[in-house]
Amino acid sequence: MLRQSLSKITKPVLSRALATEATFDLPECALHKFDIDLPKQATLTRDDGLKYYHDMAVIRRMETSANALYKAKEIRGFLHLYSGQEAVCVGMEAAITPADSIITAYRDHGWAYTRGVSAAAILAELTGRSGGCQKGKGGSMHMYTETLFGGNGIVGAQVPVGAGIAFAHKYKNDNGVCVSLYGDGAANQGQIFEAFNLASLHKAPCMFTCENNHYGMGTSDVRAAANPHYYTRGDAVPGIKIDGMNVLAVRDFTKAVTDWMRAGNGPVVAEVETYRYYGHSMSDPGTSYRTRDEVQAVRKTKDPILMLKGYMIEGELATEAEIKEIDNEARVIVDEATNFAKTSPELETHEMFNTIYRDMDGTRVRGADSLTYGIHSP
Amino acid sequence: VRAPWGAVGHGALYHSQSPEAFFAHAPGLKVVVPRGPTQAKGLLLSCIRDPNPCIFFEPKILYRMAAEEVPVGDYTLPLSQADVVRTGSDMTLVGWGTVVHVLLEVAEMAQSQLGVSCEVIDLQTIMPYDAATIEQSVRKTGKAMIVHEAPLTSGFGAELSARIQEECFLHLEAPIQRVCGWDTPFGYIYEPFYMPDKWRCYEAVKNLAEYM
Repeated sequence: MLRQSLSKITKPVLSRALATEATFDLPECALHKFDIDLPKQATLTRDDGLKYYHDMAVIRRMETSANALYKAKEIRGFLHLYSGQEAVCVGMEAAITPADSIITAYRDHGWAYTRGVSAAAILAELTGRSGGCQKGKGGSMHMYTETLFGGNGIVGAQVPVGAGIAFAHKYKNDNGVCVSLYGDGAANQGQIFEAFNLASLHKAPCMFTCENNHYGMGTSDVRAAANPHYYTRGDAVPGIKIDGMNVLAVRDFTKAVTDWMRAGNGPVVAEVETYRYYGHSMSDPGTSYRTRDEVQAVRKTKDPILMLKGYMIEGELATEAEIKEIDNEARVIVDEATNFAKTSPELETHEMFNTIYRDMDGTRVRGADSLTYGIHSP
Repeated sequence: VRAPWGAVGHGALYHSQSPEAFFAHAPGLKVVVPRGPTQAKGLLLSCIRDPNPCIFFEPKILYRMAAEEVPVGDYTLPLSQADVVRTGSDMTLVGWGTVVHVLLEVAEMAQSQLGVSCEVIDLQTIMPYDAATIEQSVRKTGKAMIVHEAPLTSGFGAELSARIQEECFLHLEAPIQRVCGWDTPFGYIYEPFYMPDKWRCYEAVKNLAEYM
């Protein structure tokens, strides 16, 4: 008996003192014309929990580091930070497969990470060095992998492209889906509704996902949208509203939605309610249109990382010490990544003339006057 | 991406335009314009199979007007390669799409009435374009004329003109001519005057031939 009570105070010597999985109640989802059976409970395994925590911790630290690098003028141009929204990318990635596609806008660092780009490659891309995932040619808003179609700078432009990617999955009959993300600000763009319509007619497996962080730059959602219930904006397209701060909710409801789409039922409009701690971008302090109290309140009561930690501790899936260990790991990873981002060499000038076209290597690319040119190379 | 293109006789403002110059200005895009059904099939298949994003402009006036014996098998025509449709020795006429047929008619007129031998080149791929074929022709003939329906200023003829004079300056015997649309919106009632038709082209050929 003494042994048992001691094991609750000190770090357990053996991990079999902890559970391997735990079950939690899921919140309810608002639905719009959606006849779907949603799970009522989520099962979280210890391994999954540790992985989600690790990923969210790395993303949080990575964004903090990017913030510091920007203020130190190591990163120039645009920088839109994802802090506060980590549960969305981690949760959705956990629900889909690497063969599925994702397309998002410019708040893409978290998505690049969960799609497989290392923190080092992300930060080096922000500092514009050759070690970056796009060798420094893209920068913050243009990060890609084979299945992450950006990274797009123009508000809302990526959503119809996402519908097309979903259509391609259907055309190729590969059982894949596309998650086409946009923000509450972009949600009022006209082409998004065209995309809803065509995806619906073609029954393309596109999960149109509005990451509603309640502010489109400095305009709150209720001031920007006559109908701020973004999950209903698909009209004939079924909609679902998911709590984006709860990684388990994001994961399990995304799984339910994507399974429904894979069965050939067509697109879905999902509104994932979340929050960003930083301003819209580095040029926005984020305090002129919302109070500091509001931001602090979200940090205290709804932070996604703290919420997952709560689940882990409550479900006895991990100890405080283990969680702290992961925090330390994340810090080390991001510190090394930051160092890499500062020291990776810049790209050589001749690389400017490649990756313009495919299969055009060896051709001349004209330069800034009639005497300069480069050779297109891989 | 397939899109209808060019003047059709009654299209007015928005159904007569030739926007190839807009898209040629975006690095990474390919822009292709066929002059007839046989070229359309071969070039379209090449565009579909090309891994780059291609914009395929189809002269819509030719949808109904053009009739040809098109081979039924699978064949492609290479992109970024111009086609010398008629060989000649006195001057080089460059065009694409509908205008190529006008140039062929003008070349006939020039031969029979002026004794001038014109080489007619269909550019086919606007971007990336086959500069080598044009340069080779101009070095041979010494005189060049570019014809397109799109407005004169900043039309693709401007790019070709600049390129030709850069590469063939010492071979040129006359300034490069451009016969194009006017720098105005495409007025409904003005279409017959707007188009670079065979009379305007013939006039330009005559001026070019007589240039001293």
